[in-house]
Amino acid sequence: MVHWTAEEKQLITSVWGKVNVEECGAEALARLLIVYPWTQRFFDNFGNLSSPTAIIGNPKVRAHGKKVLTSFGDAVKNLENLKATFSKLSELHCEKLHVDPENFRLLGDILIIVLAAHFTKDFTPACQATWQKLVGVVAHALAYKYH
Amino acid sequence: MLTADDKKMIQQTWDKVSGHAEAVGEEALWRLFITYPQTKTYFPHFDLTRGSEQVRTHGKKVVNALTNAVKNMDNLSQALSELSNLHAYNLRVDPVNFKLLSQCFQVVLAVHLGKDYNPEVHAAFDKFLSAVAAVLAEKYR
Repeated sequence: MVHWTAEEKQLITSVWGKVNVEECGAEALARLLIVYPWTQRFFDNFGNLSSPTAIIGNPKVRAHGKKVLTSFGDAVKNLENLKATFSKLSELHCEKLHVDPENFRLLGDILIIVLAAHFTKDFTPACQATWQKLVGVVAHALAYKYH
Repeated sequence: MLTADDKKMIQQTWDKVSGHAEAVGEEALWRLFITYPQTKTYFPHFDLTRGSEQVRTHGKKVVNALTNAVKNMDNLSQALSELSNLHAYNLRVDPVNFKLLSQCFQVVLAVHLGKDYNPEVHAAFDKFLSAVAAVLAEKYR
């Protein structure tokens, strides 16, 4: 069980409250595919991923990014119960999608940078520390049912 | 591998921050220590409170070394040879920490540059900092 201080919970909900899930999700996924191009291996059916411009403009990338970040929102609502919240998704990523859990950590780090670029100085060190902790525990929960 | 475009983006981006070496370095280190507290184990001899003179000086030193790396992207091994020796034989910082510091530097850049830290600049910088980390770890064994 992860312990969250009152300050951490506040930093999580206040940042999340200002996030545009569609934009931020699209950006995070696009950056993952651009910064770590080997992650494109999971998206053969997404069409044109041949350049950063193509990736950023790709409607499937945008849609999937939104889906992923919407799901991340479940973490924010269930901080005390992350393993249960992501149990089914964890099984899916292992058994059907065959995604190496390292990718969850990569996406988590990318999300932090997207938030930093968006919130600039409001993304304080305390904010970063809390959010890195959050993406870390979400990655752990998503990897939990792997076998 | 760093393309010509990557190098140009890295140079332009770094030019915007290298004038604030002390502030950027201090912020990156501070973020490192509070986000990844285990990294403090390498600094038992430092005052690690916010605003510490030692952290400011050390941050500036790290940023100046990166500035040197930016000037020598075509020859990182040679340019960072001394630092590579230092990290291998004296400091022996576990290389996982280079990734953590890279993340913190990139967050500082993103905070200061906002949307100018766009996906292509982000990719170029991530590659550059990985290359620096690889050189620093190259003589470890």
